[in-house]
Amino acid sequence: MSGDIALTRTIAAAPPDSGAGRRTALLSGLGRTALYVALPLAVIALWQGLFELGLIRPILLPPPTRVAQAFWTLGLSGELPRHVAISLLRVLEGFAIAALAGLLLGLAIGLSKKVDRACDLLIQLVKPIPPIAWIPLAILWFGIGEAAKVYIIFLGAFFPILVNTVDGIRQTDQRFVELARILEVPRRRFILKVVLPGALPAIMTGLRVGVMVAWMCVVASELIAASSGVGYLIMDARQLSQTDVVLVGMITIGAMGKLLDSLLKRLERRLITWKTSFGGQ
Amino acid sequence: MAELRIKTLVKRFSQASGAVLALDGIDLDIPSGGFTSIVGASGCGKSTLLRIIAGLEGDFAGEVSLDGRPVGGPGLDRGMVFQEHRLLPWLTVEENVAFALNGPTPAEVRELVSEHLELVGLGSFAKAYPGQLSGGMAQRVAIARALVNRPRVLLLDEPFGALDAMTKIIMQQEILRIWEAEHITMVLVTHDIDEAVFLGDQVVMMSARPGRVKAVLPVSLPRPRDRSSPHFIDIRRHIFGSFFAEAEETFAYAI
Ligand SMILES: Nc1ncnc2c1ncn2[C@@H]1O[C@H](COP(=O)(O)OP(=O)(O)O)[C@@H](O)[C@H]1O
Ligand SMILES: [Mg+2]
Repeated sequence: MSGDIALTRTIAAAPPDSGAGRRTALLSGLGRTALYVALPLAVIALWQGLFELGLIRPILLPPPTRVAQAFWTLGLSGELPRHVAISLLRVLEGFAIAALAGLLLGLAIGLSKKVDRACDLLIQLVKPIPPIAWIPLAILWFGIGEAAKVYIIFLGAFFPILVNTVDGIRQTDQRFVELARILEVPRRRFILKVVLPGALPAIMTGLRVGVMVAWMCVVASELIAASSGVGYLIMDARQLSQTDVVLVGMITIGAMGKLLDSLLKRLERRLITWKTSFGGQ
Repeated sequence: MAELRIKTLVKRFSQASGAVLALDGIDLDIPSGGFTSIVGASGCGKSTLLRIIAGLEGDFAGEVSLDGRPVGGPGLDRGMVFQEHRLLPWLTVEENVAFALNGPTPAEVRELVSEHLELVGLGSFAKAYPGQLSGGMAQRVAIARALVNRPRVLLLDEPFGALDAMTKIIMQQEILRIWEAEHITMVLVTHDIDEAVFLGDQVVMMSARPGRVKAVLPVSLPRPRDRSSPHFIDIRRHIFGSFFAEAEETFAYAI
């Protein structure tokens, strides 16, 4: 066997089994966590400070302590979990349909020039319409039941998934296309082994954008026509001038969005192990 | 005699700056079972010539035939190794080789893949991913993939151009060993005169702009060849000389 046979990706450093090594590792871990939460904590501190100084009126912006209190009460009463569960279910339903439809149509468009040409104009015309603009029609068609909200979410999540899937397929490496021609690889295997894995990073991006938009759409549709869900919670609280509850709803939305994105990111890392991308310096 | 025959081959590319005459009347006979090296400066049309033989470029004038049958497109009778390995990063080494196989049953696929990985000396790396391989190893996998369909002709486009000097020498010995084991026709393109003389039964010298065959030099040195033998150095000097003379001529012409 010759000299070039060597695994190039070796594990560089020995495990930090010495006491000093473990301490350093622990400290750098703490440092990273500190850096991660410092900014949000600073915002909360500033917010509380402005309240203590009497610079903001609690009716316009209640202090973090009062928001936390509202969180606690709503959480314990089961009201907040109930609204979150309802919104989450709507998001998952709409997103699942959008993912299925977006992936399938994206594949068809990405793989066939004819399908692309046939669908392009309609897609270009419908895509710019904000999902929220569909709400009046959706209510007329589906009433104010679940279907209307799921439809709005579907519309919102569908286009990012579709567009990214098509883009991913279009970016198939020309050199691999040539390789497949040389080897007379049948079309089915070409799609499964070359096109789809190559498009996967873009597809994952589409899914992540899609889930974010889905979350925005559920709240928007609940703000307008609903009797449950986090959006309804916000709207209801506004009418009763419970600003603290409004903030509880908003913060919950932010946290749920972050949670879903993290889950998808984890899935992405698991699916795409071969890619090493730039992570910042 | 079964062979690869190229007759008055002309290939033009249209570029933004106008038409480029990449190949201008190439005539070449590549004997069956032999090792032909094609050497020339960068841009002289070496890759274009190989790509036409491989069937990747249409739209040329002239004739390319293998065993008397004209070449009209890609075919499994011709394997190709590119300068970059072109391994699919999401497939393991064995999956990359199996990617080339169309007909056989899963058991036959396993058999063929492991046989060819053994041939290139990578039997124990079947489960590794391309990102875990060195440049030389990746190129070995590419060679195994190109051979797994048992082509009659293996086309190699500067396959060792990106490797370090040490690895390159090892790979040159390896490709000769594989050639002797497989009894196939080898056509290797390079810009490295030393490599061309070390490997080829015949060395085809190409000149640039437009790409032409300048001379075909048979090399009858016994193998394994000694790069420091007087005869080897003589041949090398001869080839250097003819490329160098051309450079001087153009220079003289320019002033
Ligand atoms: N696809 C292409 N389109 C336009 N010009 C090309 C193309 N491929 C090659 N050429 C031109 O043809 C000439 C020969 O290229 P190539 O065969 O790649 O040379 P070599 O492999 O010897 O370096 C070059 O001048 C190059 O610019
Ligand atoms: Mg080239």
